[in-house]
Amino acid sequence: MSRLRLFIPLLVFAGLAALFWKGLSLDPNYMPSALANRPLPAFTAETLDGGAIRDTDLHGAPALLNVWATWCPTCAAEHAYLNELARRGVRIYGLNYKDDLQAARRWIQSKGDPYIANILDPAGRLGLDLGVTGAPETYLLDAEGVIHLRHQGPVDERVWRTVFEPALAGMGSGRRAP
Amino acid sequence: MVVELGHFALILAFGLALAQAFLPLFGVVRGIRDWAAAAVPLACGQFVFVLVAFACLAYAFLVDDFSVRLVATNSNTLLPPWYKFSAVWGNHEGSMLLWLTILAGWSAAVALLGADLPRDMRARVLSVMGMIAIGFHLFVLLTSNPFIRSFPSVPEEGKDLNPLLQDIGLVLHPPMLYLGYVGFSVAFAFALAALWSGRLDTAWAKWSRPWTTAAWLFLSLGITLGSWWAYYELGWGGWWFWDPVENASFMPWLAGTALVHSLAVTEKRGLFRSWAVLLAILTFSLSLLGTFLVRSGILTSVHAFATDPERGSFVLAFLGIVVGGSLTLFALRAPQSSGSAGYSWLSREAALLANNVLLVVSMATVLLGTLAPLMVSAMDLGRISVGPPYFNLMFVPLMSLLAVAMGVGPLLRWRDSPGAGLRTILTAPVVVSGLFALVFPFAYGGGWHTGAAFTVALAAWILTTLAAGLRQRLRERGGLAALPTLGNAYWGMVVAHIGFAFCVAGAGLTSIYSDERDVRMSAGDKVMLGSFEFAFLGTRHVEGPNYSAERGEFTVRRDSSERVRHLKAEKREYKSQAGNVMTEAGIAPGFLRDLYVSLGEPIGDGSWAVRVHNKPFVRWLWIGGVLMAVGGTLTLLGRQPTRVRAGAALPAGWRRTA
Repeated sequence: MSRLRLFIPLLVFAGLAALFWKGLSLDPNYMPSALANRPLPAFTAETLDGGAIRDTDLHGAPALLNVWATWCPTCAAEHAYLNELARRGVRIYGLNYKDDLQAARRWIQSKGDPYIANILDPAGRLGLDLGVTGAPETYLLDAEGVIHLRHQGPVDERVWRTVFEPALAGMGSGRRAP
Repeated sequence: MVVELGHFALILAFGLALAQAFLPLFGVVRGIRDWAAAAVPLACGQFVFVLVAFACLAYAFLVDDFSVRLVATNSNTLLPPWYKFSAVWGNHEGSMLLWLTILAGWSAAVALLGADLPRDMRARVLSVMGMIAIGFHLFVLLTSNPFIRSFPSVPEEGKDLNPLLQDIGLVLHPPMLYLGYVGFSVAFAFALAALWSGRLDTAWAKWSRPWTTAAWLFLSLGITLGSWWAYYELGWGGWWFWDPVENASFMPWLAGTALVHSLAVTEKRGLFRSWAVLLAILTFSLSLLGTFLVRSGILTSVHAFATDPERGSFVLAFLGIVVGGSLTLFALRAPQSSGSAGYSWLSREAALLANNVLLVVSMATVLLGTLAPLMVSAMDLGRISVGPPYFNLMFVPLMSLLAVAMGVGPLLRWRDSPGAGLRTILTAPVVVSGLFALVFPFAYGGGWHTGAAFTVALAAWILTTLAAGLRQRLRERGGLAALPTLGNAYWGMVVAHIGFAFCVAGAGLTSIYSDERDVRMSAGDKVMLGSFEFAFLGTRHVEGPNYSAERGEFTVRRDSSERVRHLKAEKREYKSQAGNVMTEAGIAPGFLRDLYVSLGEPIGDGSWAVRVHNKPFVRWLWIGGVLMAVGGTLTLLGRQPTRVRAGAALPAGWRRTA
């Protein structure tokens, strides 16, 4: 038996260590563009005001899908800017994520309603399909309901200008702006 | 002031750890006896000062000293005192201090109980443990200091402990898990000391065996507690999720189980020596890897708390030094011959080899599944997630093979067993477990189910072969009168293997026969789940010490019986965390089944979304885990202090404490 064989465990570990080193610089929550360009998962759900909604209802024009919850302080900070975007005519759908129904209704009443409709996801099942890791998160959908972009953290003026506007422009001139 | 004392004690302990690592090292190399002997008081001193630091931090939590940043972010005046105490390790910094305390504790235990080891060996072992302690001291002091104050602005009230952690399961789970994780550092230190001294003989295996068994039994208990907690606290009725953090504790367990078995071969027969050393290194490396995975945040997990790339880099560097260094030492010093004694394919050696191969392959399977998402994203191939289907697909055949081997192994003799005799012994177990498998699905489930039959066959196989082995042993020694002479080590093996049979049966049958329904219920409603009738009596408001809750009261009874059991499921809102609602499941536990209710969302008009479960045999999983730990304890209590070399060396003196 050659002594060289005893080095095999060390080599295996060196490979793993290199992998971990690379892994440290990767953001585990980053969703690469390879997975974008997939359609919104099919769903039917209740809305906050008691109606029903399904994935195809979001089609027709580009829209934002904003994941929020009343337990999320950052969502409260983000809300005013969503109101502002809605005033500018941006179509925004809400995904009320793992939240309490009554609290969510009070929230909308007190802070204003920038949403066309709010999808209820109390158990986080749709969130799981979407790969939601926390709130707030905002997805940019095109007119066919294909996800073009996912942003984690609050949307503000800077994020809107640097992240969302270029992506909207990249959707092609054939479609109308949201 | 107390907090500063704690901080100071920790720095002193770091100094002692430095001395513990290097003084004995030079003592052994230069042949200076007193320096080598200093390892013992240094290890004890380090433990005392770490313990002082831990006690000071615990004091800060108990008196609500919110000027300490850690206390302010993890505790609250309303928190009951026992949760204030457990809040010490309910966060990153505190849990690392707990880790360090336990490491120093194991080191002091080796120093005090290892009086029978050859002096130079004890010095080497303690030196290695001192080096590990240095790494963790630096980690705590430089990147995760729990004693940092938040002057000048001291908050009035703390942010509170995560409500999920306010539970008895989570009070006990981390200390048990760490006792196991860190305990493998002793086996690791013995392995390195043996490589270093070049005395990789059977004595080495004899010394490290009780320590390995002790670490293994704590880890078994820790994992069992974690699974039990997830089951009743997360409110999904699941007991294992193949989450990266769970896998991080399961991998050292699999490797540690292999180590416990291969050390037996090394001790009794002098075989598998390099392999056992490699397993000892591997087991502790996996414990460190678990720490790295949890602390660095490179994998997403429901459990991960306080992740930070700086800490990740530190742990990775530490991992590189410890694992890289020890594997280099292994490559340079491990003996090339694996022992000369031969054995046939029908021998206990071969069965234990099969056990090792299966356990290490299982471990590699978990490692691969856990790291696959990382590998794929490191190679820019996108993102994948590996879920339970992969693990279940791999684990069912691996564990089935393990169960089969586990039945035969204890019946075999060292070196060689006559095949004919074996066939005679195995006839009864084959027949009995086959009959069980054929009857059980009809008797229990009312119809044929291949999976259930298979599960029952495996569990019955383990039990019946154990019984056959006992009969064989008694016959050889002259009947029932020989019962007391069989020894604790034998009974420990029997109990641990029975525990495994319980786990197999529990995991299989609960997966197959569990039943659940999501229903909308208002007060007075009844719902049937199989033959069980759940009635919803309504909810009422209750106030806990630091939460208010809606408590849903249910009764459940079997349609054929009059016995009514009450269940209380709660939705809790913790005062410090407005809007963060926690679910407390209502469980009617039983040996054969748990009936489980969790309260979902209020739907309005007084009705609730309710999930009712029937989970047969789920408790067997934890009974099995506890039995394994009991088996390990029995083995420890039975260690005989036999002399290794006249006058010079005795195995670690567990006997005296027993």
